[in-house]
Amino acid sequence: MEPSEAQPATAVPPDVDDGLSNEDADLTKNILHSPGERAIEYALGACALISVLTTLGIAAVLIVESVPFFAEVSLTSFFGDTRWTPEYAEQHFGIWPLLAGTLMITALAAVVALPLGLMSAVYISEYAPRSVRTWLKPALEILAGVPTVVYGYFALTFVTPLLDSFVSGLSTYNALSAGLVVGVMIIPMVASLSEDALQAVPRSMREGGYALGATKIEVTSRVVVPGALGGIVAGFILALSRAIGETMIVTIAAGQQANLTADPTQSIRPMTAYIAQIASGDIAQGTIVYDSIFAVGLVLFLITLGMNLFANDFVRRFQERY
Amino acid sequence: MNPSESPQTTQNFDPRLSLVVLLTLLVDMAVDGYDWVSGDFLANYPSYQPEDSGILSAMVGSLWLIGLTAAFSVPVGVASAVYLEEYASDGWFRRLIQINIANLAGVPSVVYGILGLALFVRFAAMGNSLLAGALTMSLLILPVVIIATQEALRAVPRGMRENAYALGATRWQVIQGHLLPTAAPGILTGVILSLSRAIGETAPLIVIGALTSARFLPRGVMDNFSALPLQIFDWTSRPQSEFQGLAAAGIIVLMVALLLMNLSAILLRNYYEQYQPT
Repeated sequence: MEPSEAQPATAVPPDVDDGLSNEDADLTKNILHSPGERAIEYALGACALISVLTTLGIAAVLIVESVPFFAEVSLTSFFGDTRWTPEYAEQHFGIWPLLAGTLMITALAAVVALPLGLMSAVYISEYAPRSVRTWLKPALEILAGVPTVVYGYFALTFVTPLLDSFVSGLSTYNALSAGLVVGVMIIPMVASLSEDALQAVPRSMREGGYALGATKIEVTSRVVVPGALGGIVAGFILALSRAIGETMIVTIAAGQQANLTADPTQSIRPMTAYIAQIASGDIAQGTIVYDSIFAVGLVLFLITLGMNLFANDFVRRFQERY
Repeated sequence: MNPSESPQTTQNFDPRLSLVVLLTLLVDMAVDGYDWVSGDFLANYPSYQPEDSGILSAMVGSLWLIGLTAAFSVPVGVASAVYLEEYASDGWFRRLIQINIANLAGVPSVVYGILGLALFVRFAAMGNSLLAGALTMSLLILPVVIIATQEALRAVPRGMRENAYALGATRWQVIQGHLLPTAAPGILTGVILSLSRAIGETAPLIVIGALTSARFLPRGVMDNFSALPLQIFDWTSRPQSEFQGLAAAGIIVLMVALLLMNLSAILLRNYYEQYQPT
């Protein structure tokens, strides 16, 4: 992966092993004599530490700021209650309606994005002529760069009225429209990660398939895609984690009613939408309603972190296989 | 190249379908917003009267935000990448940072907003200021800047490092005199793409309490502010169709800015690939 790893370890004679054990150590012995060079190294290392501190900061903030909330709402009611009604006179803080909303959006997004994304990747990787590839990939990158607030506007003012013309009983704010558009939003991500996985399958495997007399579609569907399956699945998980964390589309188009429902034509309230709606509303800081966004944020962070850790580890092991 | 080249396989799916979505989206915005884009729209503040409304404060806010975000995230991001590529040994520390960066890139943006709210707005008492917004945005795009810079540094041929060392250059002389200038176009491309992500991010700014609509221009980094995507969100949330038109017009402005940034990044990359030293 990196040029440094290709170098034999013998490049560092034992007598100049300065603890850096870098392949460049023999070439740059002079850094040992220069405090200035040392200072630069530490300064750069400190910058690299900021990213670790960010992760620790996120975890610390979410845990510490959730404490006041969990002092008033017990974990049993947080995970046991099935109503989420912080803005009503009778307050309930059961996370399930928000989790169900997130789950429904993610499921709808998966239905759209996984097949379309994977097929795009197969086309780009296996079928597309070079001329098509050169403009298709940048176009997908642009699609990936469209701000989510734009997708939100698209969901509310274009997709919802469109769906309303043939789905009966569709609420103005509904899970269906938001979920489909979240799916469109993650297509480029699914396509790009799947394509990386397909490209990692060695050429010799394709040639082996052709040598046995398989047709192009047989090689693609029975050799290349199964060979890349690990990477493709990991890519799916990363993309779905992105769908779970998507905020603006659901804030704009999915509504503010935390219904515990399996009906996608109704208004729902995913976790991210709740956080954004409370933070932008006129709820005073320091109230239990305001503090609840930290608790919901903690649940959201743990879910996405778990998925990302799992998928990234999966990708790494997949890459090592070929 | 392929023994059974059949251009029209039945299962052959055409991903240009995705582009149909993109086109639909762009055409929809253009139709909705075209009538609202005008000189007045660019020069006015938002108003309760749709016909007097404009996007000036949001554009100025976004410019401030992007400038400050670049000022924070580029030096730190490039420094981190240089450390990881050129200094860090292949041990647990480097692996920890690498895994950490990969996971940070997947943290939902709204969670960064919560971090910014607790850390910058409240703990550091910056309030709902541009500074707090830019710092939050910097943390958000930092993993992307680091990853892009690492890739650019890896693309620099190893021979260039060895030649410089052979002439007696110190590690820092090699980095600042040879590696960074050679990798600069690649780094710049990555930075532009990261900033184009920052210019469209809405959720973190909502959470840290930036204004969804501002009738003034920020005069310093401690002022409250609005930004293009926030103003678009504000107009989108209003029921009247005039405001939907304004939202579409705002989207046109935002998309033009984004396309220009993306285009410059792509052109830069193509130019770089063409003249890359081998």
